[in-house]
Amino acid sequence: MRGARSRTRVPAPLLVPAALAVAFLVLPLVGLLVRAPWSSLGPALTTPGVGQALRLSLVSATLATLVSVLLGVPLAWVLARSAARGRTLLRALVTVPLVLPPVVGGVALFLVLGRQGVVGRWLFEAFDLTIPFTTTAVVIAETFVAMPFLVISVEGALRAADARFEDVAATLGADRWTTFRRVTLPLVAPGVGAGAVLCWARALGEFGATITFAGNFPGTTQTMPLAVYLALQRDPEAAIALSLVLLAVSLATLLLLRGRWLGRAAP
Amino acid sequence: MTLDASVRLRRGALDLAIDLRVAGGEVVAVLGPNGAGKSTLLRVLAGLLPPDDGRVAVGGRIWDDVTGRTHLLPHRRSVGMVFQDALLFPHLTVSDNVAFGLRTRGVPKAAARVAAAGWLARVGLAGLGDQRPAQLSGGQAQRAALARALVGDPALLLLDEPLSALDARTRLTVRAELRRHLAEFGGGTVLVTHDPVDAMALADRVVVVEQGRVVQAGTPAEVNSRPRTDYVARLAGLSLLSGTGWGRSVRLDGGGVVAVAEEAAGPVFAAVRPESVALYLSRPDGSPRNVWSARLVGATPHGATVRCELAGEVPLVADVTATAFAELGLAPGVEVWATVKASEVAVYAR
Amino acid sequence: MRARLAAAAVLLIVSGCGASDAPDGGDGRLSDGTSGPALSGTLTVFAAASLTDVFTDLGDQLMELHPSLAVRFNFAGSSALATQITQGAPADVFASANAAQMAVVTDAGMAQNPTVFAGNVLEIAVPAGNPGGVDGLADFARDELALAICAPDVPCGAAAEQVFDSAGVAAAPDTLEEDARAALTKVELGEVDAALVYASDVVSAGDAVEGIPFPEAENAVNAYPVCALADAPNPGAARAFVDLVLSGVGQAALGDAGFRAP
Repeated sequence: MRGARSRTRVPAPLLVPAALAVAFLVLPLVGLLVRAPWSSLGPALTTPGVGQALRLSLVSATLATLVSVLLGVPLAWVLARSAARGRTLLRALVTVPLVLPPVVGGVALFLVLGRQGVVGRWLFEAFDLTIPFTTTAVVIAETFVAMPFLVISVEGALRAADARFEDVAATLGADRWTTFRRVTLPLVAPGVGAGAVLCWARALGEFGATITFAGNFPGTTQTMPLAVYLALQRDPEAAIALSLVLLAVSLATLLLLRGRWLGRAAP
Repeated sequence: MTLDASVRLRRGALDLAIDLRVAGGEVVAVLGPNGAGKSTLLRVLAGLLPPDDGRVAVGGRIWDDVTGRTHLLPHRRSVGMVFQDALLFPHLTVSDNVAFGLRTRGVPKAAARVAAAGWLARVGLAGLGDQRPAQLSGGQAQRAALARALVGDPALLLLDEPLSALDARTRLTVRAELRRHLAEFGGGTVLVTHDPVDAMALADRVVVVEQGRVVQAGTPAEVNSRPRTDYVARLAGLSLLSGTGWGRSVRLDGGGVVAVAEEAAGPVFAAVRPESVALYLSRPDGSPRNVWSARLVGATPHGATVRCELAGEVPLVADVTATAFAELGLAPGVEVWATVKASEVAVYAR
Repeated sequence: MRARLAAAAVLLIVSGCGASDAPDGGDGRLSDGTSGPALSGTLTVFAAASLTDVFTDLGDQLMELHPSLAVRFNFAGSSALATQITQGAPADVFASANAAQMAVVTDAGMAQNPTVFAGNVLEIAVPAGNPGGVDGLADFARDELALAICAPDVPCGAAAEQVFDSAGVAAAPDTLEEDARAALTKVELGEVDAALVYASDVVSAGDAVEGIPFPEAENAVNAYPVCALADAPNPGAARAFVDLVLSGVGQAALGDAGFRAP
């Protein structure tokens, strides 16, 4: 038994379940690849609607991630650092979108932001503004479903970070806001990055809340998952082709991000 | 810049009640065992923890005044603080770490960088400003942390076990440098440590804290030679015996009598240095007036000597040379005779 | 590795039913000419989602007549059901909302001779009170209204395209819904002023939704075929259910639910 080698060897009780997990996660993907209509892939992908849906998916998922970061990181800070009472309840509420069936989430968004909704009615009457069936609605639906992923991973990073760095910053004249910007945030940047990636991926695949709250209209609200679902009603092979495009684009993006951005943070 | 502090704080099992005065340019070591409340005291002085009661003033400016409802937030206090781990911000270069306090106080970038470079040179890190903290050794990191704390010329410097994370050799050099920097520093310094050597080497005055209370204060030499608690005596390597003076002898509270060179009266401490205790296998004849029978219960090598713990009527610690230890055939459980010259016993009022 | 995976996969497969011929214990009488031996075991019916209410009622009636029979339903979009059946899902009966998805199953050789048992026509669904003032198909060209129709990929959307074409209306929908039910939900919530759904959907929505029939709908009557599947685990019960649907009782129930006779 050579020491150097035995260190890298995975113990059997870990190896077997790990291999099973890989198989479980990867085999469906293999299934898609095997059944993919490679010959008709070209025509399926050059259909004008596909590029449109793909672009809309990427733009809306990215916007949803931006909104999630802007609102979710401060929320994660409150959950991790503040001594406010009711924090446990708050944390439970934040995770509600994770367990709520997305379609129900879409209906819930209607009840608040829809034309007849509590806030939406006021927006409509005061500004003639309607949110449902717009790209804004897509971003809102995706944010609703995806932000908890960011909040939870950033909160975890904040809890794991050494709070004494914040003490040091305070003794060096930094107020809490400066400390947050110049010390806390850079320290948890890998966590924010991981959370943002998770959030983006979830937003990209979002279906239920989007089709309910934003509807489905090519160019404005039809994202790739919606296009895939509808293609499935008519032509399963086209649906597989579209799924592969979505998969390829998201995998490429994630690999690129990991290499350039997350890779630097992890030693 | 004089620190005038009176701090009362209860936190869990800790009940802290400490008054502390540190003059400008003075270094006061707060010495005590773990859990005594030393670090908590520093956190209160830094403003990281508001006291339950009391007052903290520096150079006449009030930082904390519980009755007056004043609590200056940490970033508004002119302090520099160095922790046990250097705690350099890992995402900033060494230079940016040192410049951090200047930047937060509005010093322009270029000027802050120049000042940081100057301080890095002073602590012997010239040319390392562009490195990341992870690239520094422990001693270098602690030097950078000191530069970071001092660059803003604070009114009060707080050092929380600044040397205890360093290995023995590095600690020697960093301690010597720290001594030099503290000598040049015009503000007051509070050094928290559990290492008596740090306290002796660096401090003008030592305040011993046990269980949230000051149990002894004085110059390092005073504290070292006349310990008032077992904790301090152990740190100083002394056997501390308490008793009542009776002419030229002390009747110990635990039984037994110690002959001393000077007249003593009332409650006193008698302190015996380990090297002044001699051990014999049979009762010695001759001059020493203090001869006690004892049993060896522990022996620890200590350089060229062996520190022997003795149990008996008078509990003592004796240092014998390794050679003598071997020749006498000493081992735990062996019955011995211990002698101490009366002139070697320090006696002082309790 | 492969063996372990297979073992894990078994856990995921919902077991089919085992039909057994129980001895004739009941009176076996069924109204409206549908009578036969007592049925038992489990009957699994895959039916288009729009049939949920009617078929559930009919299933209850069948179970009352045959106490040892359990009727299970799988209601979903017809295309999803067709996919599940061709992928081997154990089903006794398939009722599709259109001929195309039934053809998927018959082309795969898994069913024969489907019978059309009902028709469904499009109707305009508006929220109670008709806030958009919609009175005909032409209103679907009004830009200022929030309008929902089905996506062209699903049957109700294909039918919608057909009626708009024949009426010469340039529809300006805000959303192309994945099915009629989803379109109807948006009407119920008052988030769209009108949606084009099936007459049966309007009935199922109750008072929250008003239906507006329009003449052009006759150009796109949707036919619902049903059949017992060739590999039905419980063929007797499958036959009985199909018969019940086609019987007077079944047809009356379908009529009440907004469907029309084939």
